[in-house]
Amino acid sequence: MTRSRALRRLSPLPVGVLLLLLLGAMAAGVLVGAVGLSPRAVLAELADRLPVISVDSGLGERSAAIVWDLRLPRVVLAALVGATLAAAGASYQGVFRNPLADPYLLGVAAGAGLGATLGIVGTGPASPLVPAAAFAGAVVAVLLTYALGSAAGGGRSGTTLVLAGVAVAAFFTAVQTFVQQRHADTVREVYSWILGRLSTVGWSEVTLLAPYAAVSLVVLLFHRRLLDVLAVGEEEAATLGVSASRVRLVVVAAATLGTAAAVAVSGLIGFVGIVVPHAVRLLVGSSYRVILPLSVLGGAAFLVLADLGARTLAAPAEVPLGVITAFVGAPFFAVVLRSSRRGWGP
Amino acid sequence: MKTGRTAPSPALVLTLVLTLTLAAGCGGGGGGEPPTTAASAGFPVEVAGTLIPAEPQRIVSASASHTEILYALGAGERVVASDQFSNYPAAAEATPKLDAFNLGAESVAAFDPDLVVLSYDPGDLQAGLAALGIPTLLFGPPLTLGDVYAQMRALGAATGLQAEVEILVAEVGGEVERLTAAGAPAGDPMTYYYELDPTFYSVTSQTFVGGLFALLGLQNIADAADAAGTGYPQLSAEFILAADPDLIFLADTRCCAQSAETVAGRPGWSVLRAVRQGRVFALDDDVASRWGPRLVDLLAAAADAVSLGAAAP
Repeated sequence: MTRSRALRRLSPLPVGVLLLLLLGAMAAGVLVGAVGLSPRAVLAELADRLPVISVDSGLGERSAAIVWDLRLPRVVLAALVGATLAAAGASYQGVFRNPLADPYLLGVAAGAGLGATLGIVGTGPASPLVPAAAFAGAVVAVLLTYALGSAAGGGRSGTTLVLAGVAVAAFFTAVQTFVQQRHADTVREVYSWILGRLSTVGWSEVTLLAPYAAVSLVVLLFHRRLLDVLAVGEEEAATLGVSASRVRLVVVAAATLGTAAAVAVSGLIGFVGIVVPHAVRLLVGSSYRVILPLSVLGGAAFLVLADLGARTLAAPAEVPLGVITAFVGAPFFAVVLRSSRRGWGP
Repeated sequence: MKTGRTAPSPALVLTLVLTLTLAAGCGGGGGGEPPTTAASAGFPVEVAGTLIPAEPQRIVSASASHTEILYALGAGERVVASDQFSNYPAAAEATPKLDAFNLGAESVAAFDPDLVVLSYDPGDLQAGLAALGIPTLLFGPPLTLGDVYAQMRALGAATGLQAEVEILVAEVGGEVERLTAAGAPAGDPMTYYYELDPTFYSVTSQTFVGGLFALLGLQNIADAADAAGTGYPQLSAEFILAADPDLIFLADTRCCAQSAETVAGRPGWSVLRAVRQGRVFALDDDVASRWGPRLVDLLAAAADAVSLGAAAP
């Protein structure tokens, strides 16, 4: 009895563990890299920037730039993207009551893929227009899915929406493949974008994503209780005075905003949105009041670690991030799935 | 179509000789100074918008063509790392390897380079290296021989090897001149199909390779199939059979193990004129995709094919 009660409430233990994991992962991400900088010097360099404290790290100009312009922004970006994708995935799974739902369910990936492809073909891979185009493509695809789903099912059924997403995604992917085929010279750039990467320089990507991620996370966290109500069933929710279609609209809008912004700066990083919420669910509890906040922390820590792997495993080459998330995530998830006797569901 | 550069003018040769003499003179007058001083003159230098503060001694080249150029200029021992495609000359193969398509700024910085040469930027690499204060040259694919010479000269200027690069450009230019001097054989222009991979991706005359082959008076069957204007259209087997080219060049012998035999064995291809007359030519994929000094090897292979084809009844 006490066990199942604990599962419904957010207890400090898992929060503390995940918070420590996240901080440890971020510290490792800043300390470890292709260039061997002494951890002491890096920590001193970081402390030096804090108010009041003044330490001489002994790092040269180039080494300081490696810490401030390459490693730190990348670690922060990984944490933001991971948190956003995991929260969006958890919310999608709740709102559609579907364990296979991920943040790309309603066409975000296909829309962003088309947008990015058009941006790369039109303006080159380094253009600041590529993230904007990817973001626009993702939002347009989900709007289209929503319009199609509402027209077909009156917005009452989540299933209609998912099916509309399938249609929209297929269409956008077809257009993207066609554009790519006509511009075979940009295949490499498009491919590297699709595999996902966090090779950021400076803070521009972080500042681009942060406001969207913040709004998305706050809205989703505020709706975690309603997701629990929805999990019981749409009709049951209605008897409790909760409108399933209204909650769905708000949650989908918030999750899409965050996902689209994350995809715009990092490409398509699979698996985070599925594995992290499920691992949390299997390990800690089945209530969205627990799953959502823990997914935020877990997603951030997972992606920071995955990116650390992407940077160091095959050094000096970088492994595409999407490969790492699936390569590490799938076996880990299989173990969690095997060792847990809890099924999926509320 | 653009024609190649003409042979070096007398003025150029004169400049070259003067530069060499001056360089030698400075070196001799320096007395106890280290030998690099003479060559270091002229730095800092700005090349293609990149400021290079001093003569680079640690070069990372993530571009196979430019690795070949660097070695041809005699800057080979300054190359401290290269990419997985930099396999020529053999010494380049032995340098530590980077992945040209998945390259992070920090991985490059780990080699402590003072010059980085790239032909591909996934988006943030050049910006990242700039943030670290590492001068970087990013070269796009050349479209003409003039582009190749310009890239060679840029590398020469960036490495302080201006004299050497003029010799190299003159050598390559002279060789191109010699190979194309004969012009097109009399009669109808010969047509050719250039195969990049067994799914029939090809090149048009708008590309560098296509432009090179056009110098030999060859007509490219892919030109008619590139509505999108990318330069790299994918043809269909039917299109190739209908076009029935005089010559077939295979630039997928290494990647995809294609040969005159495999081409003859493709369903329906045995009726092709080029197959029946034995005019299917295997190229070295690497030589066929590098815009360095070995472009003359590619041109020579094509020129041989043309003279063989012209000799046919």
